Amino acid sequence: MAVSGKRGGWRKPLAVLLQLFVHLGAAAPLLWLFYAINAGHLGGDPVVELIHYLGLGTIRLLLLTLLISPLARLLNYGQLNRLRRPLGLWCFAWATLHFSAWMALDLGFDWSLIGSELVKRTYILIGFSAWLILLALAITSLPVLMRKMGKNWKKLHGLLYVVVLLACWHFWWSLKSGWIEPAIYLGVALLLLAWRSKSIRRWIESLK
Amino acid sequence: MLIKSRKQSDLPENQITPESAYVSRRSVIRGLGAGLGLAGLGGLVTAGTGAFAAEAKRKPLDFTRDKPDPDLVLTPEAKVTNHNNFYEFGTGKTDPAQNSQDLKVEPWTLTVEGEVAKPGTVDVWKLMADTNLEERIYRMRCVEAWSMVIPWVGFELGKFLARFEPTSRAKYVAFETLYDPQQMPGQRNRIVGGGIDYPYVEGLRIDEAMHPLSILSVGLYGKTLPPQNGAPIRLVVPWKYGFKGIKSIVKIKLVEKMPPTSWNKLLPQEYGFYANVNPAVDHPRWSQASERFIGPGGLFSVKRQKTLPFNGYGEEVASLYTNMDLRKFY
Repeated sequence: MAVSGKRGGWRKPLAVLLQLFVHLGAAAPLLWLFYAINAGHLGGDPVVELIHYLGLGTIRLLLLTLLISPLARLLNYGQLNRLRRPLGLWCFAWATLHFSAWMALDLGFDWSLIGSELVKRTYILIGFSAWLILLALAITSLPVLMRKMGKNWKKLHGLLYVVVLLACWHFWWSLKSGWIEPAIYLGVALLLLAWRSKSIRRWIESLK
Repeated sequence: MLIKSRKQSDLPENQITPESAYVSRRSVIRGLGAGLGLAGLGGLVTAGTGAFAAEAKRKPLDFTRDKPDPDLVLTPEAKVTNHNNFYEFGTGKTDPAQNSQDLKVEPWTLTVEGEVAKPGTVDVWKLMADTNLEERIYRMRCVEAWSMVIPWVGFELGKFLARFEPTSRAKYVAFETLYDPQQMPGQRNRIVGGGIDYPYVEGLRIDEAMHPLSILSVGLYGKTLPPQNGAPIRLVVPWKYGFKGIKSIVKIKLVEKMPPTSWNKLLPQEYGFYANVNPAVDHPRWSQASERFIGPGGLFSVKRQKTLPFNGYGEEVASLYTNMDLRKFY
């Protein structure tokens, strides 16, 4: 009979429940946004508010994603790692909405302007690079590709560390003034990265 | 020049947002974020409950109507009063409307000093009552590449300054916002205030200040200004980026040398003293060639339009800058 049944009986169901919470938690603000936009609650210029909300939400989700494995270790609760995949995918979803809102609502799909802004503005280029990486990570999170890629999958997905840093950098440079808020986010990101410095070193080694 | 006529018909009804509409829009959404937020994603939840009180406090003004320009569509009043940059009350666009409602704007005095023959301090509310106020419907272009059209109420800065008899040494005009950390959270706390060195200061060259398009505004949409728009008195220079329009002014000093200005002090490579609206000179981090016009309608009716040199007032003001390299003097 299942040995794990006694000791770990609650562990898996709880993780599944938490997974459900991740989906609800990441989707609910979007539903709220949808409502708020229609009801006119985003102030006089909803475009900018919307873009900032989505951008900041992406960064928070990224940090949360990075928090999972240290937490799983700390709590000796490996099943928690199940949350990484849905969280990562939600990061991509939020980032995509953030990027699309900028293209569609701020620049009104003026492709030549989008192109020139992407090239000319460093902070936008940084954000765009982060999105491209997330895109690659999202595509390769399909189970089929995961199996096919074998060891390379881990190599590729180590890039999430880079994405977090790019995202904080993008946030910092996009501000008209003030640095304290982005510094706090960057600080948290660096802490989370420092926590796993060994695995980051191993990841870098594996790339050589 | 704008043509003024005393017996002007009212603005078309459909351009004015009924009060009931914008009051009801504000009254919702508070605790939602707390329940929903994944890792605190509730930051957007902003409803200015205090804004009610302020609307009630705004007083109707007597003024001469501007002639409506058929090319200009007004930005609805609720958007003008809920989308503000007034870092003394926070850096978010809805922060000023939320955090400024207790600002004590009455009584208010304005001091004019420096290179003038007759320095003095005026009671702003008395000034409002004694001055022939006029409406000026102006385009407003923010340096952040969004724009509005706002019906200000005020009077010409130049006529006002002339009363104090500027001397021949008065080459520039320096303005200063109220410094009162107790009332202005952004002045108490660097994070709230976006790192600006307070009090906020601005400046104009004397010929810019004397230009008939430059006004001191005391109202918008026919009523006194709400605090978030710079009550009780603020500067409006329509051919310059919005940050030149210093709010809640307590002091005007005529000076011989170019005075320091807040954004220029903070980021000199991004914001110059002149700050004339110029589609040909990009901000280092974004294009100034076009702008998002904040007009009536919702999110998906936002439209991007070309930015005009001097914000469309080139005919009136370009001559102030002949022989000046506007790339260098941005």
